[in-house]
Amino acid sequence: MANNTSHTTEYKVLGRILVLLMFMTFLTISVTSFNLGAFSVTVALLIACFKAFMVLSYFMHLKYESLLLRILVGMVFVLFAVIVLITFIDYAYR
Amino acid sequence: MSKATEKIEYVSYLDHQSKYKGIFAWIFATDHKRIGLLYMYAIAAFFVIGAFLGLAMRIELIAPGETIMKPQTYNGIFTVHGIIMIFMVVIPGLSAVFGNFFLPILIGAKDVAFPKLNRFSWWIFMVGSAMAVASQLLKSGPPDTGWTFYAPYSTTTGTNVIMATTAAFVLGFSSILTGLNFIVTIHQMRAPGMKFFNMPLFPWAIYATAWIQLLATPIIGITLVMLIAERLFGIGFFDPALGGDPLLYQHLFWIYSHPAVYVMILPAMGVISEIIPTFCQRKIYGYKAIALSSLAIAGVGFLVWGHHMYTSGMSENARWFFSLLTFIVAVPSAIKVFNWLATMYKGSIDMQPPFLYALEFIFLFIIGGTTGLILGSVATDVQVHDTSFVVAHFHYIIFGGMGFAFFAAIHYWLPKMYGRMYNLKRAKILSVVIFVGFNLLYFPQFIIGIQGMPRRYYDYLPQFQWAQVISTIGGFILVAGLLAMISNLIMGVRKGEIAPANPWQGSTLEWQIPSPPSLENFDEEIEIKENPYDYK
Repeated sequence: MANNTSHTTEYKVLGRILVLLMFMTFLTISVTSFNLGAFSVTVALLIACFKAFMVLSYFMHLKYESLLLRILVGMVFVLFAVIVLITFIDYAYR
Repeated sequence: MSKATEKIEYVSYLDHQSKYKGIFAWIFATDHKRIGLLYMYAIAAFFVIGAFLGLAMRIELIAPGETIMKPQTYNGIFTVHGIIMIFMVVIPGLSAVFGNFFLPILIGAKDVAFPKLNRFSWWIFMVGSAMAVASQLLKSGPPDTGWTFYAPYSTTTGTNVIMATTAAFVLGFSSILTGLNFIVTIHQMRAPGMKFFNMPLFPWAIYATAWIQLLATPIIGITLVMLIAERLFGIGFFDPALGGDPLLYQHLFWIYSHPAVYVMILPAMGVISEIIPTFCQRKIYGYKAIALSSLAIAGVGFLVWGHHMYTSGMSENARWFFSLLTFIVAVPSAIKVFNWLATMYKGSIDMQPPFLYALEFIFLFIIGGTTGLILGSVATDVQVHDTSFVVAHFHYIIFGGMGFAFFAAIHYWLPKMYGRMYNLKRAKILSVVIFVGFNLLYFPQFIIGIQGMPRRYYDYLPQFQWAQVISTIGGFILVAGLLAMISNLIMGVRKGEIAPANPWQGSTLEWQIPSPPSLENFDEEIEIKENPYDYK
């Protein structure tokens, strides 16, 4: 049942992703200077999710894995999003 | 479909000589079967300790007022009982013991995907367990928060909360690594020709469980770190005076701890799904429905945690939403029960000890499940929240469910694990004794719970004493039955008759190999069936 395929990502690509992640970190800090009200947490979470997506895709090679594995990891993110959403049903209406 | 392997001389995994000798041959073992046994011996020891702590509580409650201990001792004992039973017995129980031993065999593999990681998981489990025990013995005294460590009390009490929560944190790593190992094993190590829908139902249950272990356990880890940081540095996560929220702790705790209930019960359902077709000699009814319902329970089970918090001050909208989701999770559970009953219908039923325990499991699980609906509905939950009704419901699900399934599993698979048979007649009698003791212990708690008996209370009004006396008598019968059962099994392992390779006429892969199995499980050609429960 094993799926023994491997893929080598070029350093150039990894370097670009690293720069992108650093920019997103800078963005995370920068948006805190704006008063986004109730959306401040949403924006922070969206940026964090995007960064996690890039790390998973390139540094953890998910981009080159089988469709099944990508679906499984994608479902984990959906689950995480649903859990956060449900938690905020309490906080938004309390 | 079939799998051919080169025939090699049979040597039992128990007789196999590794480079280590004596106890080190066990501690440094990477064989999944030995690691399964290591978990079982440790968990059995913790279970006996937890059971005696429970009995001590029952003795204290036999009469109002002080009986054998002081109130603070009682608070410590129910916390220790909870920590030991939940984190060291029930959560790892079936998955770590029988998952380790039988998952690779049932899918036609020689071992798990990462044997050394598996060994490391057991080491971590033992370190975490030692820390949990130490938290009871250190100077400040055992934690008195209950196993839930609710803030804000847990952030202020002077007892050993940090050590206990660190122990739970460490134990969590063992659970995560075991779950990861099982997921990879099922994806990568299945025998050629064994597709997902050719797998027996126990591996399906273990697969669903492993996902919960992998995804939910880190949440409790982070939550406990937040609690420790709160105690050490007063950060204010859960302190309203510092902008925090005590309910945040409860949300985070139950986001893990409700799915953890399914870590406990899903493998139990897997065991029952193995036992019923064997002792009915019938193909299991609704194979795909049972397999997929395990995944459905795991998925929906992630979203129902709020039903533990109806009276905590959650918003109205959150309460009805969680109630709706809670009722939905009952559907896949019911699918399993109906399919088990349908399998028994017109089956050639053989009332052997594993099947007796499986029947008792179904009976107790139905009581636990239906009383869970009372707790899942907001209006009725408000009446019985934090009463002994919850204690009874919880024990019917966890002990009646996971506990009885564990007893069913050990009676089912012990001849395979050790190659010897226990005394069947004694095992049947003891299963009835344990069943009677269990119901005498816990059923009265439903009644006085509805009447208003609070849980975790050291003292109570005289009107509740009749039920407390019955419960304590039941506790003695239960513990006596459990000790006799353990004794019967040990005697079976040591002096029992030699068991044949397939004493129950089972159809899954473990019954095609010798008892006990060899180091690499499969020395001869084995048959992979389209349907693992192919009874003619």
